[in-house]
Amino acid sequence: MRTVLDFEKPIAELDANIEALKRLTAEQGIDKSEEIAALERDRERLLREIFRNLTPWDRTLLARHPQRPYTLDYIRVIFDDFVELHGDRQFGDDGAIIGGMAWLNDKPVMVIGQQKGRDLKERQRRNFGMAKPEGYRKALRLMHLAEKFGRPVITFVDTPAADPGVESESRGISEAIARNLREMISLKVPIVSVVIGEGGSGGALGIAVADRVLMQEYAIYSVIPPEGCAAILWRDPKRAPEAAEALKLTAHDALRFGVVDEVIEEPLGGAHRDPLAAAQIVKEALHRHLPALQRLSVSKLRESRYERYRNLGMWSVATM
Amino acid sequence: MQRGWFARRSRAEELALDEMNDAWVKCNGCQQILFARDFERNLKVCNRCGHHHRLPARERIALLADADTFVERDVEVVSDDPLGFPEYADKLSKGKANSGLPEAMVTGTCTISGIPIVLAVADFAFMGGSMGSAVGEKVARAMEHALETKQPIVICSTSGGARMQEGLLSLMQMAKTCAAAAKLQEAGVPYISVLTDPTMAGVLASYASVGDVVIAEPGALVGFAGQRVAAQAQVVKPPPNFQTAEFQLEHGMVDIVVPRKELKHTLYRLLRFFTGG
Repeated sequence: MRTVLDFEKPIAELDANIEALKRLTAEQGIDKSEEIAALERDRERLLREIFRNLTPWDRTLLARHPQRPYTLDYIRVIFDDFVELHGDRQFGDDGAIIGGMAWLNDKPVMVIGQQKGRDLKERQRRNFGMAKPEGYRKALRLMHLAEKFGRPVITFVDTPAADPGVESESRGISEAIARNLREMISLKVPIVSVVIGEGGSGGALGIAVADRVLMQEYAIYSVIPPEGCAAILWRDPKRAPEAAEALKLTAHDALRFGVVDEVIEEPLGGAHRDPLAAAQIVKEALHRHLPALQRLSVSKLRESRYERYRNLGMWSVATM
Repeated sequence: MQRGWFARRSRAEELALDEMNDAWVKCNGCQQILFARDFERNLKVCNRCGHHHRLPARERIALLADADTFVERDVEVVSDDPLGFPEYADKLSKGKANSGLPEAMVTGTCTISGIPIVLAVADFAFMGGSMGSAVGEKVARAMEHALETKQPIVICSTSGGARMQEGLLSLMQMAKTCAAAAKLQEAGVPYISVLTDPTMAGVLASYASVGDVVIAEPGALVGFAGQRVAAQAQVVKPPPNFQTAEFQLEHGMVDIVVPRKELKHTLYRLLRFFTGG
């Protein structure tokens, strides 16, 4: 079943009307092409109108849209000959983070990403995209593998958070994330991260320390989910829309703070309306950034990655 | 009702009462009433149950640094309100008043039993020791100073995690502090991380976990997810000592659990291993 967000409903209604007219044409041979064309023009105008005025909370819902393309959907379109590799060699294989070798425009790359599930069964297997320590350790193992053979790393970020359960705590979820942050800073090959859905706090950052961080226009990136923030601030998770506003979690905010380097456009009405086109735009963006990074010397690459993160933050200088 | 009862007291009586209250403290662990003088002499550790109460940054510095050797650095780096976040300016003022500090992290140099080090100590009374841009900057600068001077660095953490009020900028301090830690790692500059009650979330999942040696104080809350989130997420029933220093020790995430009165000497023994010989 398709999910239709509240603000998408007027479009869904027009879609239904257009569909009905098309069926009439097909079944009874009545020519409704003019009416259809008029409705389609309305639809596009309405889409533009709605998507021009999205609130941060609308964007949060879009980032979590159940039909939004996930990492594997992007991998299928963007790369050739993806060979998935499993396991962290220490404990197990985490379905919430996938990774493997692939080709991008005839160049070998290592691809890693958080993966959510489409149906109930897959959602459970993927733990809703919430990785455990073994997920972060698998990611790091694959990054080191890429480093060993001089292949760049591309990561896709889409997680509500790292898994907060007893198992994760027992196996050192904090240590796993912290180690990734430290190791990714010094990795000798280029890293490009793309935030494609939910950039959920430390769980997202654990695979998103990169030379270039790109973010799709309806993705979000936040230190805490709006619901959690509202619960702390106002003891009321229902005030999440206000919290989303306050947290400045949109792609354009992230660009303004220097956290991301580019906002990647999505097809009109969001990536879920045209996953193929969305993937093509991401592919072009990767192709735009990767070659320049590959031309840099290892020392220059690592130094600029260090500087990129060293300079993030806004504070004051107090007069004493 | 209570207030009315107190309101009837004379000024002199109130002062006498205050003095009496000052003389006693209640242990947060065993709820026993303790002599304040004993409590302070015992470094805010309960002499009955051993519960380690939170120690303000200045008191911890006094505990660890040799007398008159601590020289503070980067005191001018303080928080801004880059998001214009609701109530943040107010919380910053309260944090300053509660802690008597300009920011949640105090950094500087000192000696520990004669060994020169860089020391950074967080204070929970300043917005729960949370890490915003200023705290991240002070940690990074302290690490860079350790790198430049080739002195070991000791960081004592106490923090609820990344500071929500600075949004993504706080989150990025995790990467920033780990970037500085990566430089220490490469240069072979020793880094000892001391986890005190509580060390959580974004701080534990960044610089606090990547020390060459990780020490924790007994009973300290040390974990990733806040208790509320963790409680909701539990499929497996958490053990009674879940997210304590002892739990982390048992699971291999902490090297040593050290009682406060032995902390300085333990640090000295570790520092001697790194720098002596």
